[in-house]
Amino acid sequence: MHYNFNWPVVWRNFDRLWDGLLLGLAIAVVALAIGCLIGILLAMCRESRLRVLRIPATIFVEVMRNTPLLLLVFFFYFGLPELGFTAFNNVETFAATLALYAGAYLTEIFRGGLAAIPVAYVEAGKAIGLTAPQRLRYVILPVLFRIVLPSLSSALISLFKDTALAAAIGVQELTFGARWVNLNTYQILETWTVTAAMYLVASYIIAFGLRQVERRYAMVR
Amino acid sequence: MADTPLLSARNVHKRFGAVEVLNGIDLDITRGQVVALIGASGSGKTTFLRCVNMLEEYHDGEIVLDGERIGYTTTPAGRRRLPERAIVAQRGRIGIVFQGYNLFPHLTAEQNVTLGLVKVQGKSKAEARDIAARWLERVGLADRRGHYPYQLSGGQQQRVAIARAVAAEPKLMLFDEVTSALDPELVSEVLDVMRSLAESGMTMLVVSHEMLFVNAVATHVVFMEQGRIAEQGTPDALFRNPESERLRNFLGRFHQVFR
Amino acid sequence: MDISAIMHEIYTARWTLWGGLLTTLEISAIAISAGTLAGVMIGIGLAYGPLVLRVLLRGYVDLVRGIPSLVLIFFCFYGTALLGLNLSAFAAGVFALGLFCAAHIGELTRGAVQSIPQAQTDAAKSIGLGFWRRLVYAILPQALRRVLPGWVNIAAEIVKGSTLLSLIGVVELLLATQQAIARTFLILEFYLALIVVFFIINFAISRAGALPERRMAYVRF
Repeated sequence: MHYNFNWPVVWRNFDRLWDGLLLGLAIAVVALAIGCLIGILLAMCRESRLRVLRIPATIFVEVMRNTPLLLLVFFFYFGLPELGFTAFNNVETFAATLALYAGAYLTEIFRGGLAAIPVAYVEAGKAIGLTAPQRLRYVILPVLFRIVLPSLSSALISLFKDTALAAAIGVQELTFGARWVNLNTYQILETWTVTAAMYLVASYIIAFGLRQVERRYAMVR
Repeated sequence: MADTPLLSARNVHKRFGAVEVLNGIDLDITRGQVVALIGASGSGKTTFLRCVNMLEEYHDGEIVLDGERIGYTTTPAGRRRLPERAIVAQRGRIGIVFQGYNLFPHLTAEQNVTLGLVKVQGKSKAEARDIAARWLERVGLADRRGHYPYQLSGGQQQRVAIARAVAAEPKLMLFDEVTSALDPELVSEVLDVMRSLAESGMTMLVVSHEMLFVNAVATHVVFMEQGRIAEQGTPDALFRNPESERLRNFLGRFHQVFR
Repeated sequence: MDISAIMHEIYTARWTLWGGLLTTLEISAIAISAGTLAGVMIGIGLAYGPLVLRVLLRGYVDLVRGIPSLVLIFFCFYGTALLGLNLSAFAAGVFALGLFCAAHIGELTRGAVQSIPQAQTDAAKSIGLGFWRRLVYAILPQALRRVLPGWVNIAAEIVKGSTLLSLIGVVELLLATQQAIARTFLILEFYLALIVVFFIINFAISRAGALPERRMAYVRF
């Protein structure tokens, strides 16, 4: 086996990888943010007594969770223009798809979180005379976030890894860049080693950062 | 031959980090004896019990069962731990019943008893089932042999645990506070089984808080304190005329037993 | 959407689609079974092995779990050419998915084995069982029951992950469908049908996984 290690050629193209990493992170953060909104709403719908809210929410979550993300990406990217939505570019489409996917995934996390809120807090809120919307804003949501924080941390890392799929529709994130470097320099080992390392280091930094936030805010029941 | 002790412990030491948990234990147990280890928590009695079948390591001294040295051997290079296979074989000759019963939850009562017989002693399944049936009958649970542990009360589980340990016909039976985790009304059924075992001649080393039982069944009582044997003798001698102040204080806590 | 047109096109393309479905199932079956076997051994190694083994396995598990599965697939696909192995895309892809499965199951098994109370190991030691017998007759029967729910999740992930192999040219169900779409332009219809198919497959897996759970549920572990 004859292999010429050639690291410099990979470093010369490093900006493709670096820019891709930043784009991936950005998409992941946006998807998480929107996903949280969707997740909380759907979690409350699933816990609602009204079937008209509960059933569509359940169907949406179950479908999203059982469908491969790649299929969803292709479905929206190629399918939306069919329905007349042509204004979105590939990055936007992917981010939106990932946000929906994240929303379904996070719904279960928020459901668990809602169930984990000690009844005592809600009762205390009632006792001091807060209305339902006030209880939601001042008691339930703050407590909910503190409970789910660790899960949100792993969700963000998971979403960041999922951004790799954007390469399939031409979004120039890290994996797309890696493939380009790989195919154009033939330095297979170096390219993928560096790419893997970048994913690992980025995930580690996210985890570390969020652990600091957790330390400040998280609630251990 | 009948005079040599079945179990002989000489100068047994054990430490946990910097703490000396066993500070030189010397003890002889002859065949058929029922020896009770009593003492406050932390006195080392459970630790010593667990050293006998090598569930715990001990750092110095020796424990000899029927002429065989448990756990360690002396080579020209010094004291060495026996290979795992040898220790496993030694454990097969000692039976132990734990405070927490430790039955295998995925096996029925019968299977709990037959597992060791088939896998360790190499008995056939039919033979093992016979032996298991006999012992389960002996502990009063013949009709429960197909039940899983979660379907049995604490006392019943403990009796199955005893059957499991005894079915292998060990040379020595160890009991580690076997009634401490039981509801009071379930304690006597277990003690009855232990008494019947003692009467049939089994050599037993029992760690217990049940002073009435110890008084009635034990042939020899050993009072431990801070990793040492502080006092030992017949139940009569120890309970009626405790010599050391510490033993008196210890027994004083059981005032409703000894009037 | 014209139902009869869709049904006609599906019928016309039935052999390609059927072949794609079989390939998907093949990929999943091989990756899941090989990965599970390897994963259980890895879990045992992580729980009981000597330090060197534990460090190596931990490195492997953390590496594979920390990078996107797509990166792993690309690395195996482009990298095996280096070793002179003439692996087909199928083999490289299945290998990558197998590595992925083994890492996740390894972590799961480790956790399950370590969650069995020490008392059970003591009891097994006390009736004279040696290390491997203890594992096989006392510890694993309990640990594997705890692994089951997680295993079902991972199996579903592998099935969804099989779609990624379309990106290295393996004609599994997604790629086969895209080939049909390329001929017929019935984008939304085919993708929707695919979503239904994957939903059914994953639903079947979770039902299959729930069966033993229901039978075992009353025997509390």
